[in-house]
Amino acid sequence: MNLKEEPLLFELSSPGRVGASLPLCDVPAAPVPPELARDGLALPELDELGVVRHFTRLSQKNFSIDTQFYPLGSCTMKYNPKVNEQAASLPGWRNAHPLSGEEFNQGALELIHSLQEQLCEIGGFAAGSLQPAAGAQGELAGVLVMRAYHESRGDSKRRLVLVPDSAHGTNPATCTMAGYQAKTIPSDAEGGVDMAALAAALDETVAGIMITNPNTLGLFDRNIEAISRAVHGAGGLVYGDGANMNALAGVLRPAEVGIDVMHYNLHKTFSTPHGGGGPGAGFVGVRADLAGFLPGPIVARAEGAYALLMPARSIGRMKSFYGNFGILVRAYVYLRMLGAPGLRRVAETAVLNANYLKCLVEGAYKVKYPRRCMHEFVAQGDLAEGVHTLDVAKRLIDYGFHPPTIYFPLIVPEALMIEPTETESKETLDEFAAVLIRIAVEARERPELLHAAPTTTPVGRLDEVAAARNPTLCYRS
Amino acid sequence: MPYIAATDADRAAMLLRVGAASVEELFSDIPASARFPKLDLPPPLAEMEAMREIEALAAKNLSASSSAWFLGAGAYYHFIPAVVPALASRGEFLTAYTPYQPEVSQGTLQAIFEYQSMAATLLGVDVLNASHYDGATALAEGLLMAYNAAGKAGAGQREKAIVCADLHPEYKAVIASYLAAYPIRLEEVDLPPESAAALADASTFCVVAPYPGFSGAIGDIGAAAEAAHAAGALLLVQADPIMCGLLKSPGELGADIVAAEGQSLGNPMCFGGPFLGMLGAKASLVRRMPGRLVGQAKDASGRRGFVLTLTAREQHIRREKAISNICSNQGLSMLQACIYLAAMGKTGLREVAELCWNKAHYAASLIAGLPGFAVAPGRFFKEFTVRTPFPAEELARRLPRRGVVPGLPLSRYYPERTHELLVCVTEMCTRAQIELLARSLEEASR
Repeated sequence: MNLKEEPLLFELSSPGRVGASLPLCDVPAAPVPPELARDGLALPELDELGVVRHFTRLSQKNFSIDTQFYPLGSCTMKYNPKVNEQAASLPGWRNAHPLSGEEFNQGALELIHSLQEQLCEIGGFAAGSLQPAAGAQGELAGVLVMRAYHESRGDSKRRLVLVPDSAHGTNPATCTMAGYQAKTIPSDAEGGVDMAALAAALDETVAGIMITNPNTLGLFDRNIEAISRAVHGAGGLVYGDGANMNALAGVLRPAEVGIDVMHYNLHKTFSTPHGGGGPGAGFVGVRADLAGFLPGPIVARAEGAYALLMPARSIGRMKSFYGNFGILVRAYVYLRMLGAPGLRRVAETAVLNANYLKCLVEGAYKVKYPRRCMHEFVAQGDLAEGVHTLDVAKRLIDYGFHPPTIYFPLIVPEALMIEPTETESKETLDEFAAVLIRIAVEARERPELLHAAPTTTPVGRLDEVAAARNPTLCYRS
Repeated sequence: MPYIAATDADRAAMLLRVGAASVEELFSDIPASARFPKLDLPPPLAEMEAMREIEALAAKNLSASSSAWFLGAGAYYHFIPAVVPALASRGEFLTAYTPYQPEVSQGTLQAIFEYQSMAATLLGVDVLNASHYDGATALAEGLLMAYNAAGKAGAGQREKAIVCADLHPEYKAVIASYLAAYPIRLEEVDLPPESAAALADASTFCVVAPYPGFSGAIGDIGAAAEAAHAAGALLLVQADPIMCGLLKSPGELGADIVAAEGQSLGNPMCFGGPFLGMLGAKASLVRRMPGRLVGQAKDASGRRGFVLTLTAREQHIRREKAISNICSNQGLSMLQACIYLAAMGKTGLREVAELCWNKAHYAASLIAGLPGFAVAPGRFFKEFTVRTPFPAEELARRLPRRGVVPGLPLSRYYPERTHELLVCVTEMCTRAQIELLARSLEEASR
């Protein structure tokens, strides 16, 4: 890791330096009317090597999958194959324009069509759309589909969407954006949906439920079929949040247990890079009678050619053009290399890795729901008086590991949500477990080591409270 | 399989530790009737086979680099310096996630801070967030932000937004999808920004104006700001960031919120995505802003660092009360824009914008001189609308075979506008290509 402070671009700037070469103007100059012209542009001035050194040095201040084990729960930080990047950077994709016409983009349309079909097959859905740019946008699209369905039936009194208390924050936020009120359903002693609370909440005002299964505790809700039956019985729809699809692809088709609408995050299950926070891509799949409401355009095949098509009663567009296409290319390559046997192998190994890691650490850490987990599990970091999950997370950094997701799900105090993924070796898991156990010993014997951590990074713990009180969001000279 | 490290021996040892007889046993919670379905997927390929297939598919698309390219309309063919992909593809950037642990994410965080700083300067706003999915969703979320700031919360419960018709048709469609569930009235008016804003009244919380319009036309944003503000409404401007390298920024002209498509800044067209939604605003609106923001901070020994800040606006903290559900954004596209702006710098970006301006005006002057063709009057930057003597769709179908992609027939979005072509000229077009376009249009009309 690069520990040296890297100045800001603005601090590296020197008047007169240029970092790019542009051709001389080969046409007559046209005057810019003075009332339109800008007075100056206070961007930095660097030479090309200056730019290269700056960003290379910045990159060396990051932990990443390529450099570290990165067990962020519910984020599925699996290896991102390099061939995906090579495939996505082909000039035939990079320089393809979204509006040059269907006849000039048959390759891109064929790829989208094939990916749509494969993702539908994996989930058991009748139709799907690759419009959404990320998981959260997939959720919004899916809940808008639910809304359009109810409206199409003249059923206007449904205003609630049920959301388990273990859900990602995007679920309730999505309900609000889609014009619904999120109603929280508590979890039962097993970490699943509390069936009595569900039954009590279900009536003709409920549009549906948003359910993540396996849930954010890493547990598969064994009542899923009963939940679907109950919600359908009350006239509602079941939305599946596919953030945790890595445990299920090739193992269970969610549509077969009553999921009506579902999104997957291609940047989790289907190996596309997280890019420091995106771009992702969010496929949304539906059962047959909801296909007409999908966001569009989607790709259809007719008379040997591929064409863009707006579903008949579409909720509309979620973004301009056709989804995050470059991400779709990566997911496509991954799926083509895995096929059905590879997908199942991935899910099996992800679940085996998580269970193995859980067994290694559960003597040293509390695990709230000690049954077998799926692709992730939630431990607790309150190891000793005055020691918190945050301290464990920061101490892990000193040992060269990216911390797990912390303080989530909200229903587990001091949560450490650990998802190893299938791409990590047994040796890495053994080493990580040994470090976690060592930290548990340190927590009792030398807690000051945890409180002072991290000490091996370019900066120590930053004062986030002060940063939010008087925010500095832009460089000021 | 190359992506899985576990050997059969590892697997056996791990199962022993877990106390399971087989991997299948770990899935016993899943309903037996639905467990391990047979999936009908194409058979798996080796890497070279997959690349062969993908190369064949990619080759079936028309590439901007092999034609004289005059098609824009929301996706632009601009120069991307080699340093942009070379640096952005470094694994430490590419395979990191959202910088929730700031001590091991200073690379990403500082780059976001630098992007926020440069992009805010370019668009003339006080603050700008870490990105949205694209220009269309940035505009839709900007409109919701305006509603939260001046509509819902404003005196008299203002519920109307006046929207200039000359916005990208797909952006208008995205706004409609995003606003479906809100009690907001959208009033679309086919007027330039200054005239549209003059219609703002006590029920209007926002005026949405393009700079430039989908047609290429540049309206009077300063006058629009004055008119909107006089009625107590906010002005939300959809801008072209390359144009802002040469012309006054929307913020400088009085816009309260600015949304933009940042693809032009170092991101390839890539069949329409991933792109980069830019959203900025005046400082007074920062706590109404959706999306991630990075701020400067200090550690205990006084060292400067960067953190995600003002997170109380976001879904992972506020859940159903969050300003937006946005979580993952377009991190890598933002990084590409950041590197692009650093490489172009103060003079480079201005040169790019000047080349666009000069070449577009040269092309317009040639086309205006062709018999039967006319260029729409008024000011424009790199894109302008041409009236054609026969259906523009014929040009779009025929000319690519002669190596010229002449622009977008407006009938693709507006079926009745059969004789209009939207022409875009960037710094990538040479004089010879511009003259080839003019010649091709003339020959086609004979």
